[in-house]
Amino acid sequence: MAGHHVSTTINGDAFEFVCEPDETLLDVLRDRLSLTGSKEGCGTGDCGACSVILDGRLVCSCLVLGAEAEGRTIATIEGMADGDRLHPLQRKFLEHAALQCGICTPGILVAAKALLEKHPDPSETEIRYWLAGNLCRCTGYDKIVRAVLDAAAEIREGRDAA
Amino acid sequence: MPRDDVTAETRQSFTKVGTRPLRPDGVDKVTGRARFGADMAAPGMLIGKVLRSPHAHARIRSIDTSKAEALPGVKAVVTRDDFANRTDELRDILVNVMAREKALYEGHAVAAVAAVSAAVARKALRLIEVDYELLPHVIDVEEAMRPDSVLLHDDMFTAGVDPVPDQPSNVAKRCEFGHGEVEKGFAEADIVIERSFRTEASHQGYIEPHACLASVGADGQGELWCCTQGHFMVRDTCAALLGMDVSRLRVIASEIGGGFGGKTTVFIEPVALTLSRKAGRPVKLVMTRDEVFRASGPTASTSVWVRIGVTKDGRITAGEAVLKYQGGAFAGSPVEPGAMTAFACYDLENVRAIGYDVVTNRPKQAAYRAPGAPMAAFAVESVVAELADRIGMDPIEFRLKNASREGTRSAYGPTFGPIGLVETLKAAKAHPHYSAPLGNNQGRGVASGFWFNFGGQTCVSLNINIDGTVGLAVGTPDIGGSRASMCLMAAEELGIEYDRVRVIVADTSSLGFNDVTDGSRVTFASGMATIQAARDAVKKLCARAARMWDIPEDAVVWEGGYAKPAGANAGDFQPLSLRDIAAAAAKTGGPIAGHWEFNAENAGPSFATHIVDAEVDPETGRTSILRYTVVQDAGKAVHPSYVEGQFQGGAAQGIGWALNEEYIYGADGKLQNPGFLDYRMPVASDLPMIDTVIVEVPNPGHPYGVRGVGETSIVPPLAAVANAVSAAAGVRLTSLPMSPPKILAALEAEKGAQAAE
Ligand code: FES
Ligand code: FES
Repeated sequence: MAGHHVSTTINGDAFEFVCEPDETLLDVLRDRLSLTGSKEGCGTGDCGACSVILDGRLVCSCLVLGAEAEGRTIATIEGMADGDRLHPLQRKFLEHAALQCGICTPGILVAAKALLEKHPDPSETEIRYWLAGNLCRCTGYDKIVRAVLDAAAEIREGRDAA
Repeated sequence: MPRDDVTAETRQSFTKVGTRPLRPDGVDKVTGRARFGADMAAPGMLIGKVLRSPHAHARIRSIDTSKAEALPGVKAVVTRDDFANRTDELRDILVNVMAREKALYEGHAVAAVAAVSAAVARKALRLIEVDYELLPHVIDVEEAMRPDSVLLHDDMFTAGVDPVPDQPSNVAKRCEFGHGEVEKGFAEADIVIERSFRTEASHQGYIEPHACLASVGADGQGELWCCTQGHFMVRDTCAALLGMDVSRLRVIASEIGGGFGGKTTVFIEPVALTLSRKAGRPVKLVMTRDEVFRASGPTASTSVWVRIGVTKDGRITAGEAVLKYQGGAFAGSPVEPGAMTAFACYDLENVRAIGYDVVTNRPKQAAYRAPGAPMAAFAVESVVAELADRIGMDPIEFRLKNASREGTRSAYGPTFGPIGLVETLKAAKAHPHYSAPLGNNQGRGVASGFWFNFGGQTCVSLNINIDGTVGLAVGTPDIGGSRASMCLMAAEELGIEYDRVRVIVADTSSLGFNDVTDGSRVTFASGMATIQAARDAVKKLCARAARMWDIPEDAVVWEGGYAKPAGANAGDFQPLSLRDIAAAAAKTGGPIAGHWEFNAENAGPSFATHIVDAEVDPETGRTSILRYTVVQDAGKAVHPSYVEGQFQGGAAQGIGWALNEEYIYGADGKLQNPGFLDYRMPVASDLPMIDTVIVEVPNPGHPYGVRGVGETSIVPPLAAVANAVSAAAGVRLTSLPMSPPKILAALEAEKGAQAAE
């Protein structure tokens, strides 16, 4: 198979890679670029562990082809903290013990961030429906939902103060 | 000297234990830095793929791998011929890892390849020619028990019956537990209810598929990185299957993305090692989700019959159950713990539970959180609810009247020590949830549950660093925050700050043997070993202080993180902190470390009582869970947030099992829903918040009173949800999952019955 040459931007940095036409963006991130923070739980778009932001839209990177990244902007879990400063969502997940095994956590954080950017003040129900594409088998979601509510409140307060 | 006798009594006051600090591995896990099974790579690595049987049951006449081997980029192909046959207790594991004479279920591994890329490996699989002779199959547990059923193994003669049968069957084993005379008990009853129940196989559903990276060199030394609940078990099993010395295989446990019992055995690990040995290169093997469903362990599907008798004033006079569990193609379904736990919540004079372990053409079951207990509790607790209703007694009152307590002879044999069932029932009754009003089409269910808990072989090592920080090495993979609990217990014992203890999950070459992370054992057993290793270190710290002061060792005591002279007679010295003693270590005898290795006993069972409100839509049969409360005895909650997390996670899994999750087979014996879209686990919008109440009845078998909490939480929900749904629908549901079509059918049948009256 002939490789595709792709230029893209990931977490603000320019990347170039060659991938096969049937390779997913998730495979490229994990196997070619060593960005293993995005996880593969299913490969069929059903678990959300591979969630990334593609040009501002939340997508399952297992359903996107690597070649489709050409000229696009991608944000992954690896770009969520600002250096050694955790994003409020990351901090709140730790404070609320919103992870047990942690395999779903990167995808859920990416998805939750996308939610708060669109809806800074979501209700519990809105959070539950927004995250319905992200499976967590360990927590029963209770602490995850609380962490997102708390992070949203903190981010709003920070904005009001500013 | 530190007091050894503290172990004998349970400590009551704590400064660290019971607080909720951030977990030490937390930042890695929220930033994507933590490395799970599939996140590892090695120079020169090949990609492994497994060829699996498309048939539910077939004789394998021959396997031709020549075309695959000839494909450029293929470096190794393995089949049954690459694994030495065995006749010992590892035979079933070997045959499950790679089929021999027969493919016993759809998804059974028959060959594997290692190639330079995933694409080449996939292509090679298509070039392997397997000549199958198709055989009839059996999927259902009752059908598999019929005398004329298709046989899986012609050498399976039911164990546990006297005399041993002269004909082979699909019943691997019969077991029986109980005491008293059940017929006499039933004769004393005013009301007797008997019913049959069915549950379907559910999968543990961990989000991380099985994954490993194996590397065996030409010198016969091997390394294996994998996601597992027990890397020592993986090492010993793989070494045996490959004919290696145990010392030549080092297994490193990756971070583990969920297990729930499903990662307590080997599947792909021996295959990856064999491929690597043949190819002379590292091999990475990762299951797809489809493979996880078809070829790793779901739990058993079951058929359970229960009969319970009561007097009008609410005393249970007898309980009886017959449990039939199919555990896939090999012996070992969890029917024994099912039969043992069925009546464990009740103080019964007359009780009998008989279990049958049955094989069918399904994947070999693996442990799933309190293996076998939820299905038995579903049956028993459903009948208990119905009986309470019939005699007009509050269901919690009814349970309290018959509850097991300290001194009760359990239905499975031993007499209970201090246990917390009564406390959970009282706390549930007092909870505002229990008295909240219900609306139309809504019902409330209650159920209790029990799990033994386990201790097991454990070895830890605790090193005092030069700056007074502490490195703790445990051998039990951290599956849900256990590192935080270990740090808390070490800090508590040493009298230092929580964040001065750093804990790692050590590889198999760094510690003595550790049993698998199972049986809710880690916080209990690794925790106890950590406490004892800390005490061992404290003894040595005191000895060093004695040397620094030049006084006898027994004239030094350890208090609040300091070595102090035992009294005025010992001399007048400024207390020495752990940091002071550590800094001087090089001059007082060298490194300071504590160790502990033991086989932990007295794990202390844990009981729970759950309350759930459900609403059933009579038009569609759809159920919504409106409110859920878990009350469980933790003995002592070391890190309450992670205890609550275990309660909530078990409840959520149980709700899924009760309402949606099931393995669906076609007439061809093939699994029809091997993906998360059709195997429907609860998502965030399916669930309410899950309230928790931690009850603490200390376990005398642990210095802090800890009981395991991981498993009990999945025991009550199947029954609790069934009781709620039955109350809401006005008809008793006896078959899981209670999917909308089943509820509609039950409502129709009820209408029909009422019309006929
Ligand atoms: S791996 Fe992409 S949705 Fe599951
Ligand atoms: S924390 Fe394990 S799957 Fe979410």
